[in-house]
Amino acid sequence: MKEPKRITLELIKSHGLTREEYKRIKEILGREPNFTELGIFSVMWSEHCSYKSSKLVLKLFPITGESILIKAGEENAGVIDIGDGLAVVMKVESHNHPSAIEPEQGAATGIGGIVRDIFTMGARPVALLDSLRFGPLNNGRNHYLFSKVVEGIARYGNCLGIPTVAGEIYFDNTYEGNPVVNVMCVGIAYKEELIKGRASGIGNSILYVGSDTGRDGLGGASFASRELTEESERDRPAVQIGDPFKEKLLLEACLELLKTKVVIGMQDMGAAGLTSSISEMASRGDCGVQIDISLVPKREKGMIPYEVMLSESQERMVLIVKKGKEEIAKNVFKKWDLHAVNIGKVTNDGVFRVLDKGKIVAQIPVKALVDDAPVYIREKKKPRYLSQIKNFSVSQIFEPSNYNDILKRLLNSPTISSKQWVYRQYDHMVRTDTILLPGADSSLIRIKGTKKAIALTIDGNGGYAYLNPYEGGKIAVAEAARNVVCVGAKPLAITNCLNFGNPTKPEVSWQFKKCVEGMAEACRILRTPVTGGNVSFYNENPKGAIDPTPVVGMLGLLDDINHYCTPNFKKKGDIVILLGKLGREQELGGSEYIKLIHNLKIGESPRIDLKEEKAVQRTCIEIIEAGLINSAHDCSEGGLAVALAECCILSPECKIGALINFSPLIHHLLTMRADALLFNEAQSRIIISFPPDNFAKIKDFTEKNNVSFFQLGTVGGKGLVIERDEKKLIDISVDELEDYYYRSFSRSV
Amino acid sequence: MKFGVIVFPGSNCDYDCYWVVKRILRKKVDFIWHKERNLSGYDCLILPGGFSYGDYLRTGAIARFSPVMNAVEAYARNGGLIIGICNGFQVLLEAGLLPGAMVSNKSLQFICKFIYIRVENDATPYTNLFHKGQILKIPIAHNEGNYYADVKTIQALNKNNQIVFRYCDEKGTVSKASNPNGAKESIAAICNKEGNILGIMPHPERASERLLGSKDGRGIFESIIKWIESKEAN
Amino acid sequence: MFEAEVFITFKEGLLDPQGIAIKGALVSLGYDNISDVRVGKYICIKLNNQDKDKAKSELEEMCAKLLSNPVIENYRYKIMEKSSE
Repeated sequence: MKEPKRITLELIKSHGLTREEYKRIKEILGREPNFTELGIFSVMWSEHCSYKSSKLVLKLFPITGESILIKAGEENAGVIDIGDGLAVVMKVESHNHPSAIEPEQGAATGIGGIVRDIFTMGARPVALLDSLRFGPLNNGRNHYLFSKVVEGIARYGNCLGIPTVAGEIYFDNTYEGNPVVNVMCVGIAYKEELIKGRASGIGNSILYVGSDTGRDGLGGASFASRELTEESERDRPAVQIGDPFKEKLLLEACLELLKTKVVIGMQDMGAAGLTSSISEMASRGDCGVQIDISLVPKREKGMIPYEVMLSESQERMVLIVKKGKEEIAKNVFKKWDLHAVNIGKVTNDGVFRVLDKGKIVAQIPVKALVDDAPVYIREKKKPRYLSQIKNFSVSQIFEPSNYNDILKRLLNSPTISSKQWVYRQYDHMVRTDTILLPGADSSLIRIKGTKKAIALTIDGNGGYAYLNPYEGGKIAVAEAARNVVCVGAKPLAITNCLNFGNPTKPEVSWQFKKCVEGMAEACRILRTPVTGGNVSFYNENPKGAIDPTPVVGMLGLLDDINHYCTPNFKKKGDIVILLGKLGREQELGGSEYIKLIHNLKIGESPRIDLKEEKAVQRTCIEIIEAGLINSAHDCSEGGLAVALAECCILSPECKIGALINFSPLIHHLLTMRADALLFNEAQSRIIISFPPDNFAKIKDFTEKNNVSFFQLGTVGGKGLVIERDEKKLIDISVDELEDYYYRSFSRSV
Repeated sequence: MKFGVIVFPGSNCDYDCYWVVKRILRKKVDFIWHKERNLSGYDCLILPGGFSYGDYLRTGAIARFSPVMNAVEAYARNGGLIIGICNGFQVLLEAGLLPGAMVSNKSLQFICKFIYIRVENDATPYTNLFHKGQILKIPIAHNEGNYYADVKTIQALNKNNQIVFRYCDEKGTVSKASNPNGAKESIAAICNKEGNILGIMPHPERASERLLGSKDGRGIFESIIKWIESKEAN
Repeated sequence: MFEAEVFITFKEGLLDPQGIAIKGALVSLGYDNISDVRVGKYICIKLNNQDKDKAKSELEEMCAKLLSNPVIENYRYKIMEKSSE
């Protein structure tokens, strides 16, 4: 690349900076920026790095709580205290745009980045989760994106030896051309070994370690801050190649280095590479930094300062090391065949100074660059589609004559059916802590040396948020919490990734705000503060913005590993009960049933009463702790019928049927149409099963918590039979349920 | 009695093996860095699973030239016990300490799941607590577990009773359907002619506690311990 | 200065699942005239040797020792003179 002589209007525009923003830059510097400085400002002030459109809205999230050790925003990831001197560090990040262009590397480098965010805080990464969304599989491009993203996650995560323990995958037209690839990493640290991402101590050294710097990924942060267009395909060089082996060495070396106590601060070079990592550390530490880029190891010849500062080559990190102790750090890296070099030092003048062989090539006040990035209150407008989709009544859709067929089709659908084909490509057992394998409501990771386990899940439903962003936001949090509760764990905190369209469109901005309001409300009531997260805007395809897609990563804590619960029915004769309500006909809105069977995307999203949700969750935890139940399973996509079918087949070693009977005597008020009864997606519902002897005790718990419940039937038999008014609505053998649920997906891919 | 777990750059089941030996079986165990050249004092070496050198070029191909491998070869010649699990098996094959090679799974995908294996030879240091025909539930997790050797080698393996485990179904039937990766003759584990070196694709360390869904794999470690103890007693 | 191009392929008769998958994909794209597809590795090595014979014998050794696995793979190579940059 050649350095342009003059900063022209066109150059400013091509860097994604507005006229006003450029004016601010000139005010800050008191002069025109040079090309390198323009590049530095453009990436730091990009949406991806500065959160300029979301910052104010995100303030709505509750971020404090008794178990929060480090609050959201203070460091690269929030930190949660789980007792025994241990802390959990977790974070989700999106890699939607890179994955749309080059799915395998896009997804792989997403894993690489999020894992570095965790171990640079001094935590050992113990689990990966991912939330993926694509257009329908019958389209070749979608199919390609999907299978390559899975391959990318598998290659990278497996090589690192971090188990991928849970995830979710949806297929919907809205993600055509703009897939959602959100990856989450969870780490465990000793509290006293936590490392901060900050520079401090005048004269301390800045160490660069990891891969050499190349031209790959140049300006990736600004790439992620605009819509994908046909030209994006031609922007392919912006996609980086991941090296999981190098990352594994970095991971082990860094964790070994912690024991030497010579490290002050550590940070990944993620988006905006050297620029953001160093300036953010300086900003957090209230100091200045000076580096000389001639010392940076380079992979390509003739790189100009602009390219070195903006490169997003993978598997690189910076460390602040105590002055005079550099050799100790370098030796640890050397043991792991890694080359660490001293590229600069911490200064006291609050300036981010970049030299090239001693000559100043950029000089910017740190605070102005990092903290005074522009902040926008985007114009908001309620989208017009919302008034058009509201009017829905069940009478508008035909009533099916054969419910067996409908249930089979739902179990067979890519969104509902088992994702075995996917998770078997991930090593989900390495580290020998995975107590619940993928497929359960939530994963469960034991913590060696304690009696504890952490429950982890990642969840979201763009369909609900499309119909009602506020309710959809609430549901995303509530359902994630419910998943964790179903295994017996207490929800502690969330991390999140918010995937939306172009925020300068007022409708998108409105959806974003409503969704965050809903999530914040749920977090407050369920007492699960937000520990951090990521916002991904500009998710658009030629038809417009994707459905608002909030994704929630939930952490739960189980105090005693011997008291966990699984979703599948276990014993013949056990009573099956639904905690919560049977739902209403309107709650078919946004359901998989009307989407798949009737090809509609209308109605109200399910409504959620968070107080009721909390009571249901409390009841479930209490009865699991008391050892009263044999199974608990969340009732979600596909409604009651799908959840019951899953209860019959979720364990390969314990397949058993159930007889469900909505008898008119017990459910005399039930006037709902059968399809609504079977497939509505009302919230706050958990299906449990238990020995008849425990009935009275369980009833006491539900009464104490003021939770309604319905006796549905009993476990047993070779099939799932659902009767209503002595008529069989559903009668399918367990083997057949299994065939539709487990084998359809592998057949369609 | 002391075990050693060899750590190559990119090993990732090293700690899992260490945990089983130290915390489940309560035996002494050290991590051995791949640059170590002295292996005296160990009664059994474990080459763990993982992605040594990123599996670049071929699985195990680069690790096989690690400094420690000269010592491992000498240790093997002296009849020392060596168990290579998954990537460790691949390293042993590349080093020529076991015959044959690994190629990509037939599905071309990484496969992680519980499968079943059948004991074919119960007279090795690794299987003496099992009986022939016994079925173990144990997980696999690999991309290249498709064992290959030419016809002559396979014949020799059969003749010398070197096939230690075969993939099977839960009833013990060995068939194409119960072969997860396409391995020749459903081979899941082999030993050398002398019987002191075992290469096994499934992960016994992941099936050594009830909490993890199976403790069938523990018998392999317990067999090793029994073998060493009986040798010590003599 | 020499530049060597090393090609590593599976031995004749060895199952090559990747080759089969690619063949299937090509046929489904309408290329019917394919009788077989084999996938291999291509490795490019820059050598600082002055003497071609020496370079060749070293390369031969590299191929046999590390670059290929004689149990499953064959190798062949081309060696070309390159002017130093």
